[in-house]
Amino acid sequence: MGLKEKLHNIKGKVDGTNWQTMFGAVHTLFYTPNETTHSGGHLRAADDLKRIMVNVVLPLIPILIFGMFNAGFQHNAAINGFPQGMGFFSPEFWNFDNLAIGAMKLLPLVIVSYVVGLGIEIFFATINKHEVEEGYFVTGMLVPLIIPIDTPLWMLTVAIIFGVVIGKEIFGGTGMNILNPALTIRAFLFFAYPTWMSGDKVWVTGAVERTNEIAAGANLDAISGETILGSLAQGNELAYSVSDMFFGFIPGSVGETSTLLILLGGLYLIYTKVASWRIIVSSVIGALVMGLIFNGVVDAGWITESSKFYTLMSTAYWQHLLIGGLAFGIVFMATDPVTASQTNKGKWIYGFLIGFISVMIRVFNPAYPEGVMLAILLMNVFSPTIDHYVVQGNVKRRLKRLKAKTA
Amino acid sequence: MSQDIRIKKGLDIKLKGAAEKVTENASSSSVYTLKPEDFHSIIPKLSVKVGEKVKAGETVFYNKANEDMKFPSPVSGELVDIIRGEKRKILAIKIEADSNQEFVDFGKKDPKAMNAEDLKSHLLASGCWPFIKQRPYDVIANPANTPKAIFVSAYASAPLAADYDYVLAGKENELQAAITALSKLTSGSVHVSVGKNSNSPLAGLNNCTLHKVSGPHPSGNVGTQIAKIDPVNKGEVVWTVTPQDLVIIGELLLTGKFNAERTIALAGSGVTAPKYFKTKIGASISSIVDGNLNEGNNRIISGNVLTGKTTNKKGNLAYYDNIITVIPEGNDYELFGWTMPVFNKISTSRAITFSWLFPNKKYDLNTNTNGEHRAFVVTGNYEEVFPLDIYPMQILKACMYKDLDEMEQLGMYEVAPEDFALTEFVCVSKQPHQEIIRKGLDLMLKEIG
Repeated sequence: MGLKEKLHNIKGKVDGTNWQTMFGAVHTLFYTPNETTHSGGHLRAADDLKRIMVNVVLPLIPILIFGMFNAGFQHNAAINGFPQGMGFFSPEFWNFDNLAIGAMKLLPLVIVSYVVGLGIEIFFATINKHEVEEGYFVTGMLVPLIIPIDTPLWMLTVAIIFGVVIGKEIFGGTGMNILNPALTIRAFLFFAYPTWMSGDKVWVTGAVERTNEIAAGANLDAISGETILGSLAQGNELAYSVSDMFFGFIPGSVGETSTLLILLGGLYLIYTKVASWRIIVSSVIGALVMGLIFNGVVDAGWITESSKFYTLMSTAYWQHLLIGGLAFGIVFMATDPVTASQTNKGKWIYGFLIGFISVMIRVFNPAYPEGVMLAILLMNVFSPTIDHYVVQGNVKRRLKRLKAKTA
Repeated sequence: MSQDIRIKKGLDIKLKGAAEKVTENASSSSVYTLKPEDFHSIIPKLSVKVGEKVKAGETVFYNKANEDMKFPSPVSGELVDIIRGEKRKILAIKIEADSNQEFVDFGKKDPKAMNAEDLKSHLLASGCWPFIKQRPYDVIANPANTPKAIFVSAYASAPLAADYDYVLAGKENELQAAITALSKLTSGSVHVSVGKNSNSPLAGLNNCTLHKVSGPHPSGNVGTQIAKIDPVNKGEVVWTVTPQDLVIIGELLLTGKFNAERTIALAGSGVTAPKYFKTKIGASISSIVDGNLNEGNNRIISGNVLTGKTTNKKGNLAYYDNIITVIPEGNDYELFGWTMPVFNKISTSRAITFSWLFPNKKYDLNTNTNGEHRAFVVTGNYEEVFPLDIYPMQILKACMYKDLDEMEQLGMYEVAPEDFALTEFVCVSKQPHQEIIRKGLDLMLKEIG
């Protein structure tokens, strides 16, 4: 094993220097360390944090690739018109032209996300003299998938620095953070650069550019770059078929559009026990319940068509899972074990409220008709409280047992 | 309070190298060792000097905090060496055995005719007291207490554990004498647990409540059984004794001799022919393992793979152990170990690990941690292998930030480090759970007592 010896020689040289942390990170990528058990039990199971994290990234890869094709597809569809009656494997979607446009836009986002984020992680690990932890492995993949495709790279850089430092490192790094780091990054972008994060221009690549060219006097047609939710919030009719929405041939953040791939990813995460099925199931239930309540309000005639909430409220309850980022948020963001509730009972409550509040915010917030990010961040803040009451239940049971004895 | 105990949460770690039911006499060890560290939280005071002769059962040292609590020599012979560490702390006491064994005669006793005080002083004087441990804190029982119940687990569910049905066969009289004696010491009853489908020699005893246990490990841990039968509340004390120590107590009562003989298992994938050996407490490891080990870099453990202590050929069988396990060391690097499909290791997830496909496969695991130490990240996986009504991650964190109130509220009085051996095994963050719990218990013992 040439590589093993070579790495071992380098290790001997860098140990004790500032390069130790960085080298350690690279070394453990190639080789699981030779560390043996030295306290307690003498055996350990095969899973480590790297393995868990890589199993979250795995189902994100098809979603990333789909996102590339979709970016190109939306761009061309906005210019040339939307093809009707597409199946999942339609050549109108899966062609090199679409991929080229998408890859040109998306790969820089992925690269910037990892380089900046891992750079900060390594920097903090070096000054704190601990090992580089794996958390950013997932965050770095999530971030490009939850932002509009035309997000400028400098903006992304600023947001990542904020998100990783304020969202995670000041609390002590992976495992210590209160808010989901990827959503912290997105929330920063949303509040710092709202014009780039919402509206009817940002969701299709080229739309903003085209608008600027038209403003400068060019004789071109404008590209509409609106999400379904944005359109519905304006009171417009739903312009896409259910199968388009399910397969993901719709505008939106890069990774959120294909409910099909997200569903498959969710099943993989549940099957491998990497994500909590309790959170995923209860979030879906929560979203459906809120959707049903709104549908019921419409059916009961408590709200008229002139209301600005009417279109979104009357959207069939189950369609909320197909549009916007709800499905993606539930499967990949709500299930982050660090920021979610940590008790099994708490996970049911936490997940239900995420689904419930997501749909609520989505309907009542026409300026930015999406609620998943805010709902998850809100529940991140409340998850320790939920856990507290769940654990108190256990404590009370114990006290009761004692009282029953002494009484 | 049900008679039978059935648990679902847990994990059987199936390993290669279970001991075959054949017993050999271990080559007689010339030097026997007592280590005060086997008796947690005890500060020893020596009562014998180097060069002096002792008989089997004669006190070698006693507890500084309670001078009645005596620790006997397992053999008759000459005290040849005392190994000391920092601040002259006694690490080991070595006794060279005589060829002709002499026993101190403590006199035959009939436990039925004795009262609690007589029994206590008899057990203390004869050095059998340290076999009785207590919860809370998982230390040697305080003789001043009267426990609400005494628990004996005769069902060994730990990986490769010595089969109690086999090693205790034919010891019914000793066991009965000891159980009768213990039943005098508690205000409640003595709870004896046996495997559901076993023909345990403990199954037919009187003066105790019998429970049949089934389910994966840790169903055989006495902590699991306490939790299911009669959990420890604040202010309450229960005692626990292992069955092989009951035999020694029983023999003391029946014959007046302290006989430290014990049938132990030599098991694990590092052993050429795993089987049982008849030996004595404190016997040197080499007297048992010599000629029985596979080539290669092995780790010798006194105890089982989940709770035992690392030792080596120069070491000795620890005071409470009835198994020596030998497994390969795993001090090598593994290429892309974090992402390659795993077939030859156990995992409770299915994250490109495939042990779930082969539920009955036996594994040859080594001591590699399979990853680096991290902060707690993954949640919910401890609960799958932890049958107690306690939140494992929360209580571990409470121990780490030393919040005594929270530790108490979350159930610290009910647990021992061994209850956290499986959560430690499955821990993705490779946290030292048993060490955390032990330190937490020590802190409580010091602060609350």
